[in-house]
Amino acid sequence: MTLLKLFWSFFQIGMFSFGGGMAAIPLIQNQIVNLHHWLTLTEFTDLITIAEMTPGPIAINSATFVGIRIAGIPGAVVATIGCVLPSCIIVSILAWIYFKFKELTAIQGILSGLRPAIVSLIASAGLSVFMLAVWGEGGFSTNPQSINLVSVLLFAVALFVLRKWKLNPIYVMLGSGIIGGAIYLMV
Amino acid sequence: MVNKKYIYIKLFTSTFYLSAFTFGGGYVIISLMKKKFVDDLQWIEEDEMLNLTAIAQSSPGPVAVNAAILLGYHVAGPLGALATILGTILPPFIILSVISVFYAAFRDNIVVNAVLKGMQAGVAAVIADVVLKLGSNVFKEKDIVSVIIMIGSFILSFLFGINVMYIILVCGCIGAVKALFQVKKGQKDGEHSQ
Repeated sequence: MTLLKLFWSFFQIGMFSFGGGMAAIPLIQNQIVNLHHWLTLTEFTDLITIAEMTPGPIAINSATFVGIRIAGIPGAVVATIGCVLPSCIIVSILAWIYFKFKELTAIQGILSGLRPAIVSLIASAGLSVFMLAVWGEGGFSTNPQSINLVSVLLFAVALFVLRKWKLNPIYVMLGSGIIGGAIYLMV
Repeated sequence: MVNKKYIYIKLFTSTFYLSAFTFGGGYVIISLMKKKFVDDLQWIEEDEMLNLTAIAQSSPGPVAVNAAILLGYHVAGPLGALATILGTILPPFIILSVISVFYAAFRDNIVVNAVLKGMQAGVAAVIADVVLKLGSNVFKEKDIVSVIIMIGSFILSFLFGINVMYIILVCGCIGAVKALFQVKKGQKDGEHSQ
């Protein structure tokens, strides 16, 4: 019974989280804290922190975390599948439409309008991460003291290494993590 | 022709590897997927990748999962999609399962936090690198509408925080209108030349 509730909760979360992980957070809070009391607000805040620290989409991470706490591994499996299922169904339908009709001028037109928008949406996300790295939780400020110089340096070096030497981005991320981490720990 | 089984395994392992390093939000995996599947493996063209990303963005659910489904399906059909879905979901599933046991200690661990802070700069650089490449390609197209869409949607999304869905809706419409315009224009030119 609990498993069914878990499945249905995360199915709804998966169904209505449009536009990125951040949009899913209020939905998750509503289901997990307000409706089912599976987590307290404090635990929920912890969850979001952890979900941002670990790789993977926030919705999936939340599903696994809550699932395990409520019903062990089966709970995690059920919650994760529930979260992923709406995506699978809807994306499959859209994919079928796309692959079948992509030669149509209208579809081509729509996509040609979307492609540049996608580039800027990725840019927007990137800029958010950059601002988090350089200015921290407080956000942008003209106060020069608030600038994290280590981040700026790491960013510049990482970008250079990526562009000039075409280094594997995963190594670059790990590298900046280890080097940056070491610097922060030593200071 | 490459062995089908090899493709499934490669899809799974590649996506697994990428998903294990998607720190900082779904768009990182788009950047990583682009580097891996467009640049390295050349299993998909850049424009096609952007099309799939657009569809992934327009569907509910995490963009990483959606993109994985589309990529897998495009490269190797339904089984390919299964391979990529599993590859995308398993790393966070495993990692979160392990961490949830001692999550408070994990959350407060100084070393973990320091390394994650360091990673933020790297993640920003990875995204910036891909954006610079994609953005310059848009400029190279020399299509003023595309450039306006790109700059406009950036301003709307970043400065005004407009929801992604609205931006996608509007841009899709602009694209459709523009295409229909060009079809009409083509017909008119055809009539004139007769």
